[in-house]
Amino acid sequence: MDFGLSEEHHMVQRMVRDFAVKEVAPTIQEQDRLGEMDPQVLPRMAELGILGITIPLKYGGQGMDYISLGLACEELEAVDTSLRVVISVHNGLTCLTLLQWGTEEQKNKFLVPLAQGEKIGCGAFTEPGAGSDLSHLQTTGKIDGSCYILNGEKMWISLATAADYAVVTVRTNPKASKAYQGLSTFLVDLHSPGISRGDLHGKLGVRAGSTGWIAFQDVRVPAENMIGKEGEGFKVTMSAFDSGRYTVAAGATGLIGAALDASKTYADQRKAFGEKISDLQLIKAKIARMSLDYQAARLLYLKAGWMKNKGLRNTRETSAAKWYATEASFQAASEAVQIHGAYGYSDEYPVERYLRNAKGAMIYEGSNEIQSLIQADYALERRQDKKLRKESPPYDHESWT
Amino acid sequence: MKIIVCVKQVPDTAATMEVENGNISWGDAPLIINPWDEFAVEAALNLAADQGGEVTALCLGKEEETEAIKHALAMGADAAVLVSDPALKGSDTVAASKVLAAAITKIGEVDLVLFGQQSVDTDTGLLPVQVARLLKWPSLTLVSKFKEVTPAEGSLQVIRSMEEGNQVIKSRLPAVVSVTKDYGEPRYPSFMGIRKASKAEYPVWTLTDLGIDPPSSSISWPEVNKPVEKEIVTEIIDGDTPEEKAKTLVEKLIAEKVL
Repeated sequence: MDFGLSEEHHMVQRMVRDFAVKEVAPTIQEQDRLGEMDPQVLPRMAELGILGITIPLKYGGQGMDYISLGLACEELEAVDTSLRVVISVHNGLTCLTLLQWGTEEQKNKFLVPLAQGEKIGCGAFTEPGAGSDLSHLQTTGKIDGSCYILNGEKMWISLATAADYAVVTVRTNPKASKAYQGLSTFLVDLHSPGISRGDLHGKLGVRAGSTGWIAFQDVRVPAENMIGKEGEGFKVTMSAFDSGRYTVAAGATGLIGAALDASKTYADQRKAFGEKISDLQLIKAKIARMSLDYQAARLLYLKAGWMKNKGLRNTRETSAAKWYATEASFQAASEAVQIHGAYGYSDEYPVERYLRNAKGAMIYEGSNEIQSLIQADYALERRQDKKLRKESPPYDHESWT
Repeated sequence: MKIIVCVKQVPDTAATMEVENGNISWGDAPLIINPWDEFAVEAALNLAADQGGEVTALCLGKEEETEAIKHALAMGADAAVLVSDPALKGSDTVAASKVLAAAITKIGEVDLVLFGQQSVDTDTGLLPVQVARLLKWPSLTLVSKFKEVTPAEGSLQVIRSMEEGNQVIKSRLPAVVSVTKDYGEPRYPSFMGIRKASKAEYPVWTLTDLGIDPPSSSISWPEVNKPVEKEIVTEIIDGDTPEEKAKTLVEKLIAEKVL
């Protein structure tokens, strides 16, 4: 058993950190206050290859492994959650779903420009009336010749207005005996006629990120854009979550690390009762908890990443990593605010932003209540992973580079 | 065009430095490429791209400390050479320059040697000049721009940036140049570069390979101390208007004899 990261991993970590710290950190407080995404972020991430980091070279990507993807997420979210959200929806929900389920034609047509960052992708699953209960989503896809006609609305979609393509799951068979069997997934060109979309404002956190809605009114989507087969939409979507949740878990680990670093620095400087507050036992206890959670969250996501590299099914491990890391990141950010006292309650320090940002990840990509049910069902042996028609491809250095 | 860029490993600039019994340590903070050297690597890569040719990263250090060389390779350097020998422990700049000059001579047919303007650990900024002197090549320090480089004619024109102003300098090649941060932001390593660098093999030369005796150092560090920590008192100036606050601030600065 080898717990060490390779030299390559360390270099990826450093490169992504340098980008985030040099180019995003200096203006993030302002962007967060404005509630706008810095327009330079996506083009720069594309230019640096981050938008295709874990996609084989032959599909326009950078050919790095799944651990590198996790490390990149950790470094990005240590600066701001909005950066990691880009990876979750573009790389996780879109690119990796196409890599796993897409046909060769779909990969060449859609994955290549996505991995190269020429096009931006997002995942559109949640609806105004269906989030955790995904199998009962209402958006429909009705076959009409060589096309499916989509009608309905998707909501809380990250990058809704920035993306060119969306992976969209809709109901194509309302008569299916089980609701989830009536779903199919499509790669939809968001510039198609009949699509309207907009941004949602007033969010608690991730204010420097883009979150919006997408409405479909008689949108014609070519049948060849279906990802997987008709009726496989639920499985395709769950696979997308196996990728997306991994990036959320790794990112939340970065947020714990950031909360810990900020707390250490502040606690070593601030004095109370004639000593540094880092010498006070109650503060030490908070720091210790953050440090422990950081290590635990990191081990959980790295294990999931290792399984992805091997091509092993990792739904259980990825869900556990997402659940643990997002709960712990909210706790760490809250304690970081507490350690900073009144200063932590203002945006003079970044910790209040960490706290607001951390909350979202407990809700999206499968709420933590759903994750706990998944974990319970695995533990009670009521849930078993069945082999998928198309499994997530393992990392193969030779063929990926 | 054959360009050598000299790179050095230094403790991370974010590391907390400790001094105990004259020994400097930085805990388990990682070593990084000297940040000034990244500007030199950037300049080398751009010159090689414009003129054609290749860039070799040259580093003097311990065999196991590979970060500086790997970083230069990941940025795009074509090759690297590490000079490592236990006899070089504690070398001063005079000794280090002799070794670097010998390595540059051994590589051979070099048109240009680039350095960062200084290193963030010892901060002397002397190596470029000392190496140039040993090679008997012109030394152009604090260069912010390469105006014209014509290897065929064996000449180059650069702009030196100093506090007092800029100088345009014309020189013959080969030459030794130290590059300032005004040159422009260095690129990040690319993922492809990272993969290439992590697999790269490069020669490790000892003093025997260079055919030189262990150079003696002229200076040593009998004592190293941290600056004395000062007690800092922070006072927030209060006032109803900016003018009032400024007036109070000026009065206090005069009272403290700062102004």
